[in-house]
Amino acid sequence: MKYEAVIGLEVHVQIKTKSKMFTRVAAGYGHPANTLTDPVVLALPGVLPVMNKAALDAIIKAGLLLGCDIAPVCKWDRKNYFYPDSTKNYQISQFDQPICLNGSVEIELPGAARNIQGEHKSIALTRIHLEEDVGKLNHEAFDSLVDYNRAGTPLMEIVSEPVIKSAEEAYAYLTSLRATMIYGGISDCDMEKGQLRCDANISIRPVGETKLGTKVELKNLNSISYVRDGIAHEIQRQLAVTQAGGTIVQETRDYDGEAGVSQSLRSKEMAHDYRYFPDPDLMPVKVDAAWKAGIQAECPELPFAKQTRFQNDYQLPYTLTSVLVWDRALADYFEEAAKLAGPGKAQAVGNWIVNDLQRELGAAKLDLAASKIRPAHIAELVKLIDAGTLLNNTAKEVFIDMAATGESPAAIVAKKGLAAAPTDTAELEGWCREAIAANAKSVAEFKAGKESAINGLKGPIMKASKGKANPKLVDETLRRLLAIS
Amino acid sequence: MSSELFNKPISELAALLEAKTITSVELTQAVIARTQTVDERVKAFNSYDTADALAQAAASDARRAAGQSLGALDGIPIGIKDVIAVTGQPLTASSKMLANFVSPYDATVTQKLKNAGAVIWGRLNLDEFAMGSSTENSAFHTTRNPYNLDCVPGGSSGGSAAALAAGEAIATLGSDTGGSIRQPAALCNVVGLKPTYGLVSRFGLIAFASSLDQIGPFTRTVEDAAILLQAIVGHDERDSTSFKTEIPDYRAALKTKKGPWKLGIPKEYFGEGLDPEVAAAVQKAIDYYKSLGCEIRPVSLPHTEYGVGVYYIIATAECSSNLSRYDGIRYGHRSADANDIVDLYFKSRAEGFGPEVKRRIILGTYVLSSGYYDAYYLRAQKVRTLIRQDFLNAYNEVDAIITPTTPTPAFKRGAKADPLAMYLCDVYTIGVNLAGLPGISVPCGFSSGGLPIGMQLIGQPFKEADLLAIANAYDSAHDWAKRTPNL
Repeated sequence: MKYEAVIGLEVHVQIKTKSKMFTRVAAGYGHPANTLTDPVVLALPGVLPVMNKAALDAIIKAGLLLGCDIAPVCKWDRKNYFYPDSTKNYQISQFDQPICLNGSVEIELPGAARNIQGEHKSIALTRIHLEEDVGKLNHEAFDSLVDYNRAGTPLMEIVSEPVIKSAEEAYAYLTSLRATMIYGGISDCDMEKGQLRCDANISIRPVGETKLGTKVELKNLNSISYVRDGIAHEIQRQLAVTQAGGTIVQETRDYDGEAGVSQSLRSKEMAHDYRYFPDPDLMPVKVDAAWKAGIQAECPELPFAKQTRFQNDYQLPYTLTSVLVWDRALADYFEEAAKLAGPGKAQAVGNWIVNDLQRELGAAKLDLAASKIRPAHIAELVKLIDAGTLLNNTAKEVFIDMAATGESPAAIVAKKGLAAAPTDTAELEGWCREAIAANAKSVAEFKAGKESAINGLKGPIMKASKGKANPKLVDETLRRLLAIS
Repeated sequence: MSSELFNKPISELAALLEAKTITSVELTQAVIARTQTVDERVKAFNSYDTADALAQAAASDARRAAGQSLGALDGIPIGIKDVIAVTGQPLTASSKMLANFVSPYDATVTQKLKNAGAVIWGRLNLDEFAMGSSTENSAFHTTRNPYNLDCVPGGSSGGSAAALAAGEAIATLGSDTGGSIRQPAALCNVVGLKPTYGLVSRFGLIAFASSLDQIGPFTRTVEDAAILLQAIVGHDERDSTSFKTEIPDYRAALKTKKGPWKLGIPKEYFGEGLDPEVAAAVQKAIDYYKSLGCEIRPVSLPHTEYGVGVYYIIATAECSSNLSRYDGIRYGHRSADANDIVDLYFKSRAEGFGPEVKRRIILGTYVLSSGYYDAYYLRAQKVRTLIRQDFLNAYNEVDAIITPTTPTPAFKRGAKADPLAMYLCDVYTIGVNLAGLPGISVPCGFSSGGLPIGMQLIGQPFKEADLLAIANAYDSAHDWAKRTPNL
């Protein structure tokens, strides 16, 4: 019997706000334990929560970017459970009226090859709701310590429908979702810092079956690759159990990405009754059309839309767009440089950015923003090459100098005397005639139809010109002289 | 009336202070001396800090000497129920759970009183976590009714009412979730006001039931209630349920709002269970209003009978969640012999909470449980809306409603061992909390046994100025409050 996998993802994304969800103390990462706290975070007797509007703005933006329906009212509920990572022993969350409903995440599946665009698919969302993050427990040999710095950080829970079919789709889903959040300025989504966390609900069923199989929840998927690997592993595990005649038990499993194994954390019997009820300390907040419109106006173009536009407006190939559009800063950088370079030069600009600039940044471990090479430099470089002033091989030297000094390409060319030889001069023609005269064998071969033989003539010319001859002109001049000789 | 400073109202003392006839230090010393004399018997206080109070009084005198008096409350010693946070002072909720907790912050009302120059004086006893109607549920000691030490002072703000009646403070603050200000005020012959829900910030008030709790004043006169209310009201950014509304001059309104008013008498509040002496005293007060030219009309609040049931679902549901934070992890009582985290929760809470608190947490947990939520909590909320609508309908016809505050005068300690009998003490006060309305208890007589009786006036949302004016029309013409207890 053939089986298919059915996967739903629950993704938690921390919202990047200055202060916490329900109090003014700063939100942040990497601070000494329990320093980002105040009476509200610590749930001292008598304190009350007050909603951070910036967090609500951010989740509405996320919802608009993902095509969700935005609820007219933001309502708060308490989720009651005892655990030391929560100071109140309830979490303020949204139960029956999430702020965002429906919507979808567009994904691209891997293409037939790296340079071929893959199939696009839309993964439906169930809901997105807003809540507060909990603290962190650190278990030591004889003690467990708790750090409430993270407690109260605004947190979104993004729940997909169970429509994801494979580990690869899950990977593509998270990649796209993460880019959307970063694009929107909603979160940095750094998984190492816990800014994006993913749990996967996985089941299998015979192909053709419409009922869902027994699901297993996979937790602690600490990177996007681990999500993919963990899901692939769990699907294989369920297939093996089923094919051996066993049954899948509803349970929560912990995936160890390094070891590539999972183990059961708890079974269904320990399911909680969270006793949700509306939080009487927080009034529902009306979200009207004007509020939504204000946020809509701040919504950026998303990667796939940008990719289509780059392909249409700049005639960029997929190999370039597939790199450029996933990083908003890089895409903006490209557009600025392309506009400065002028019509017809976008692909050259794209090549310099995707190949040379990216390599340079990687080697220097620099952020794009910190690079001394600005979009205007790339544009000028491309224009100098196009004008024949700069040759490709010398341009690489200019580029390296630019990265180190931040000087403009023209300044570097002048400083180093790297300008190509003046074009269409008698000197160039003289070098060509000399080369033809001195290399009878190559001339004969070329005339006999061996196209590559012309290269035997170019070497001596470049040598004579000390590398400054414009190869395009050399080629043209040689062909003209050979045709009449 | 006693000529002792500690028995005078704020209005009179403010004039004496302003005229420099007395100093705040003298007044505070008088209150301290009185407390040290009588509190052994009354047991209204959980703790007090005389050095701190005298330092505040001295600061007040210095301000006044420099011509920088902050107004009527500057230098007046005000006692605080031990559920309202005061920086550096204990905050116990009369619970073993918080027996050693000291607040690192001020409640908004505390800050406002400090801004008004008041001398923050002592921590007043209550039923543990404000759950009870007799102050017998305090984990520390039972407060006595100053008019009869064998009787209860009411609750949960029993300490606030008893301390004021006994001259151990000039005014006090309490909190009212189902009658916890008005009921002890009635039983102790003082004025007690529960403001409209949202008028006074709850920030810094230990939560019992968030949608019902309000802080309010205990005073000797309605005029004093106006003075103290003025100091504590106002929108607070730290409390999302605090309401943005124009704040009138309450004291001035006592003079400008003159009536005659239309007053409603709900038949549902004068039925079975009402003590005849209480009924007679309230009737005399109604007659007085009639003599002022007020129109007295019967009104109906048909959902009254569901009040106690609805209250004990909503209040316990909220408290079960609000009290979850007391877990022995970060502060408060922590069991010494726990083996693991679950054991720590169980033992810390089992040892830290008293029986009534546990009863309510269990009830509240039950009504919120999966499968019961719709039948209990959701239905209770719907009935709550109907109860509020009853009042709003009545206010189409009348300006305010008069009822007894309590069915009976103060009862003997230990007399209501059955929790349900105790819950029925609040039968006339609970509806006001469920409807979010302002209510005030005003002394209106004594029983043949010498115990105080109070009447309740119920006003319209955020119309405290009218409610106080109506209450003052009676209070300023009677002198029940001047009958101080023999201690």
